[in-house]
Amino acid sequence: MSKKDKGFDKDRRKFLLTATALTGGLGVAAAGIPFVSSMTPSEKAKAAGASVEVDTSKIKKGELITTEWRGQPVWVLNRTDEMIQSLPKLDKNLADPDLKVTSQQPKYCQNATRSIKSDMLVVVGICTHLGCSPSAKIEPKGDMGDDWSGGFFCPCHGSKFDLAGRVYKGSPAPTNLVVPPHKYIDENTILIGEDSKDEA
Amino acid sequence: MQKNNGFMSWVDQRLPVSSFIKNHLTHYYAPKNFNFLYFFGALAIVLFVLQILTGIFLTMHYKPDALHAFASVEYIMRDVSFGWVIRYMHSTGASLFFVVIYMHMFRALIYGSYKQPRELLWIFGVLIFLLLMAEAFFGYLLPWGQMSYWGAQVIVNLFATVPFIGPDLAEWVRGDYLVSDATLNRFFAFHVIALPLALAGLIFLHLAALHSVGSNNPDGIEIKENKDKKTGIPLDGIPFHPYYTVKDLIGLTVFLIVFASIIFFMPEVGGYFLEHNNFVPADPLVTPAHIAPVWYFTPFYSILRAVPPILNSQFPGVAAMGAAVLILFLVPWLDKSKVKSIRYKGSLYKKWIIAFVISFLVLGYLGTVPSNIWGQMPNFIPLLGGLDWATFIARIFTVIYFAFFILMPWYSKKDKTKPVPKRVTYK
Repeated sequence: MSKKDKGFDKDRRKFLLTATALTGGLGVAAAGIPFVSSMTPSEKAKAAGASVEVDTSKIKKGELITTEWRGQPVWVLNRTDEMIQSLPKLDKNLADPDLKVTSQQPKYCQNATRSIKSDMLVVVGICTHLGCSPSAKIEPKGDMGDDWSGGFFCPCHGSKFDLAGRVYKGSPAPTNLVVPPHKYIDENTILIGEDSKDEA
Repeated sequence: MQKNNGFMSWVDQRLPVSSFIKNHLTHYYAPKNFNFLYFFGALAIVLFVLQILTGIFLTMHYKPDALHAFASVEYIMRDVSFGWVIRYMHSTGASLFFVVIYMHMFRALIYGSYKQPRELLWIFGVLIFLLLMAEAFFGYLLPWGQMSYWGAQVIVNLFATVPFIGPDLAEWVRGDYLVSDATLNRFFAFHVIALPLALAGLIFLHLAALHSVGSNNPDGIEIKENKDKKTGIPLDGIPFHPYYTVKDLIGLTVFLIVFASIIFFMPEVGGYFLEHNNFVPADPLVTPAHIAPVWYFTPFYSILRAVPPILNSQFPGVAAMGAAVLILFLVPWLDKSKVKSIRYKGSLYKKWIIAFVISFLVLGYLGTVPSNIWGQMPNFIPLLGGLDWATFIARIFTVIYFAFFILMPWYSKKDKTKPVPKRVTYK
């Protein structure tokens, strides 16, 4: 140590150094917030994610229509009584028949048919594995084999779902298909993307 | 250098140009026993410059907008004068960049170029490899074809498998609820400015570290340990310029013959460099039947597919894929061998490196094909019945891939090494 170094307070210098570094660091972190948040979905993207109306009176029994919400395909399937009755029989083949993963549907669809009205299934047509769009294989049997009782099949990695969007055991997809928030604004019109607070 | 040159001495007093040329070219001594594997570092630099150059000209015509991107690429191909050459140079350059980098890494692996004192040099190299993969991935979305779109969709969803923060993270990366215009726009920003800038910085550090420790060589001998007592010049060294600049020019010539042949005669390379599905515009509502990444990602993609979901989570597969790349960082400390080069290592190491190369190639092939390509295992096989054969094979080679690294401390120590000569050998 040279003479100049004599008499300086090391602790004080260390304290000032740490305090300056911390304050500066906080400033840098705060300055980072606008940049990080600029990458989240913009107001425009959120607005495009606004709700979509679907007129269910035009969907025949056993028919599936595809609509677009937040740029994703949303399926609305008018299930027949046989279809609804077949659902509980599949429970033993499914990964999560009892809907234990609650993030996959709103509370008001936490039921046996995963829907508000038992016949009308509303589900996002995006595989929960890696985001491909499954093909509708609504009819039983056919090219899916004789055991098939109707549902959806993802061409990417072979995940299978039943007519309530519940995933079969052994599929690469970990969870059931997502039921988007939705509500009935009148007898035959579904609003996808919004739910009424009282129902939830 | 020349004191009488008025202009150069004026410059040298203000910027050390002459001494830089001397220190890094004319009086930078490289081992004289380099073989053809030492071409690939120089070729990588050439490719980096070429990608930047062609990229600049592509951005003059390309539109990073989901509505116009696909059409603007077709516009470059059909209407821009020589646009097709520039685009094929860029797309072929991307694939060949990986050929060159894989050869460069293989060279470093077999000659022990990562060993003390070159650990940092190796780490910068692995970082460059990582960023290069990101760069290629971001670039692949830009043509906005079906494979661009669904490839990005699948890869971004890998982030969504991260426990707890996954879905939010994926949404943040995309800037939307699905891969969309916002995603395309930011991937463009990453591809044309953020990553090239970071890459340039890392390449600088890679070269700075190289010139500080000097090149390794096929014998794995430190040429700095045998210097001429009078001059201090390594006895086994020759000046980089003109000896290696001229030699690299020959390598470059051969490389350019291959490069030009691909551009002019087979720019898509049968769907491996440019995938067929990417000539169909992106459609968020229809997934193509078979999704595969471009060939240079397929070894890692195979590892992703080989790992089964655990506890209903895809994350272990994603983690394994990440680990397959990140484990490279540890190689300098995994190798306990006394010698650097494969020339003086024993048969045990040679068997392992052969197994590793085979597993890398098989995994690479399997990643390009659907997993049911070889059918399913018959049901009478216990536990494995019904499993796709290709998945089974991929699992075996995934284990070999990781075993090469994880068991390295053991086999590199046990291996019988040969005595290393004092001076480099060459013919």
